[in-house]
Amino acid sequence: MTAVETPTRSLKFWQGINQALVEEMERDERVVLVGEDVGRPGGPYGVTRGLRDRFGDLRVRDTPISEAVLVGLGVGGAAVGLRPVVEIMFFDFAMIAMDQIVNQAAKYRYFSGASMPLTIRTMCGAGGPNGAQHSQNFEAWYCTVPGLKVVMPSNAADAKGLLKSAIRDDDPVLFIETLGLLPARREVPQEDDFLLPLGVADTRRAGSDVTVVAIGRLVDRALAAAERLEQEDGISVEVIDPRTLAPLDAETILASVRRTGRLVVAQEATSPFSFASEVFALAVESCLSELKAPPVRVASPFVNVPTPVPLAEARAPGVDDVVAAVRTTMREA
Amino acid sequence: MAELKTPVAPATGSARTTSRGRYRLMRLSRRFEETAHEQFGDGQVPGPLHLSIGQEAVAVGGCAALRKTDAVLSTHRGHHHCLAKGAAPDRLMAELLGRTTGYSRGRGGSMHVAIPALGLLGTNGIVGGGIPIATGAAYGMQAQGRDDVTVCFFGEGATGAGVFGEALNVAALWRLPLIFVCENNQYVELTPQEIHVAGEIWRRGESYGIPGVRVDGNDVNAVADAVGDAVARARGGGGPTLVEAVTYRWFGHYAGDRAAYRDDDEVNAWRANDPLVRAGAALDPAERAALDAEVEKEISAALAFAQQSAVTGPEAIALDHYAAA
Ligand SMILES: Cc1ncc(C[n+]2csc(CCOP(=O)(O)OP(=O)(O)O)c2C)c(N)n1
Repeated sequence: MTAVETPTRSLKFWQGINQALVEEMERDERVVLVGEDVGRPGGPYGVTRGLRDRFGDLRVRDTPISEAVLVGLGVGGAAVGLRPVVEIMFFDFAMIAMDQIVNQAAKYRYFSGASMPLTIRTMCGAGGPNGAQHSQNFEAWYCTVPGLKVVMPSNAADAKGLLKSAIRDDDPVLFIETLGLLPARREVPQEDDFLLPLGVADTRRAGSDVTVVAIGRLVDRALAAAERLEQEDGISVEVIDPRTLAPLDAETILASVRRTGRLVVAQEATSPFSFASEVFALAVESCLSELKAPPVRVASPFVNVPTPVPLAEARAPGVDDVVAAVRTTMREA
Repeated sequence: MAELKTPVAPATGSARTTSRGRYRLMRLSRRFEETAHEQFGDGQVPGPLHLSIGQEAVAVGGCAALRKTDAVLSTHRGHHHCLAKGAAPDRLMAELLGRTTGYSRGRGGSMHVAIPALGLLGTNGIVGGGIPIATGAAYGMQAQGRDDVTVCFFGEGATGAGVFGEALNVAALWRLPLIFVCENNQYVELTPQEIHVAGEIWRRGESYGIPGVRVDGNDVNAVADAVGDAVARARGGGGPTLVEAVTYRWFGHYAGDRAAYRDDDEVNAWRANDPLVRAGAALDPAERAALDAEVEKEISAALAFAQQSAVTGPEAIALDHYAAA
């Protein structure tokens, strides 16, 4: 993935985001950051700390609680020459700005032929005592919108490389960060042009028996499950992190499914009409006859997210769930 | 309630274009829409058509002080804004007629025209949808240190949308170079403004510290003066202004709406207060006739251009969704 000589540093997920923002704002003065509490406080979770002092009030702007106009700042700013990054504090708040995201940003090129270099950052998932209005996973909704790209990194290095690419991209990108991953560490390349391409999946672990497609917080859990399955059952699991949900790298996923004949999709969102549903549809359409067992979804149950952390964590799918799902597909041979 | 005096200075005159120019543009807009209306009647417009006939002074006056690099946000009723900001009548007509040479390849129609090169950042199918974008355009200009401004046109119906309050607040907090122009044509789709608007629109900015002014929206010079002063103030860092231009929608909400919900006397009284006739009164009849003839030629050419262009086919629908790889 990265050149051998690239120096790396162990960083938390949020630090990867912060580095990407700093580097892109240093590189291109058209890049600005607007959002609630992104400036003086450095973000509700500290993701944007230090940016305002470095780049000033005009480029790092605290906004009032006005999500629709907040995204509009990005759409209009992009239309007159900026490359804005707007932050919607929690994914749950994005529906207040839905018109600007879906009807305006995503359609601008279609109407005008012009670029809309807008990045919308937001935070999804359980991980804190935040409850049913601050923890949801709606990534699939946005993947239904032509003109929009949807990115969902699962670790600090991908967060950095993908955010830098999103900022340099000429289309609107919804960039979904995951609350439960913010403190997670990974080695992150320290290089100004460390870019990861949008629309390209990462095969995190090679395997031959079962394909596990995992996103967001479930990637690490799928990798842990794969280790256990190897040791306890001798099952060889391939783990694919699509990283970009729209456009989806279906080729990488389907090539793997054709080889293994078994599919598990793991996500923090609930199952109905979800990312997992879409991957199933693709598999059925293109390689049904090569499937050796019915695919299995690993997802949160179709209930709201409770506030106490132990309850929220009990709701979220874990390593055991992935292990069980893989074993199910192996039994169905 | 405290009386809000109109705090903008009297017009300096520097922002004004000529009476000739204003009349010509209004006439162009009128004839453009009459022609489009005929085409609609002939089944040649494959989409809805919201006519701004009777409201031309708001667009022409509202854009009088603007440069190409200034931005305009328009609405579902926006042909007059497009033409006033410099859209070519032929390509706009082609868009309405669903032709490949239209601004959106004939796929969008009148509610989906955006011409960034002219600073026209979009008509809009969403009532109020342009207001956040206008705020962003004004922020972008400010962040880039430009002395450009953004004019945001919207109807009185859009003042009921939450984004209007959000935008007033942000524009005031940040002293954005943004002029809100409410084009009050007194009807919101099929119901009168009384159903929609409490209080007075021009005073909506008062508690934000945004100066407000109400003008005769059928007087192109009055609109140009009020907006021109606001533009000058915004260019100088003086922040936003809210202008309410009172006018009237001559036709139904959309082409085909017979507007049976209002009475003929009201309509006739407003038709007698024709902004185009009022603008033309400043010219001598021979000059006016010459301009009319010019406009007629331009409109015929625009229609011919559109009619001679290929009808947009299904092969165009997948284009322009993402940047070329
Ligand atoms: C968000 C939204 N709600 C409703 C509509 C349907 N609609 C289209 S135009 C219109 C009336 C708008 O009135 P106003 O803003 O006063 O503009 P006018 O039509 O008078 O020019 C309505 C309700 C819409 N297009 N968008």
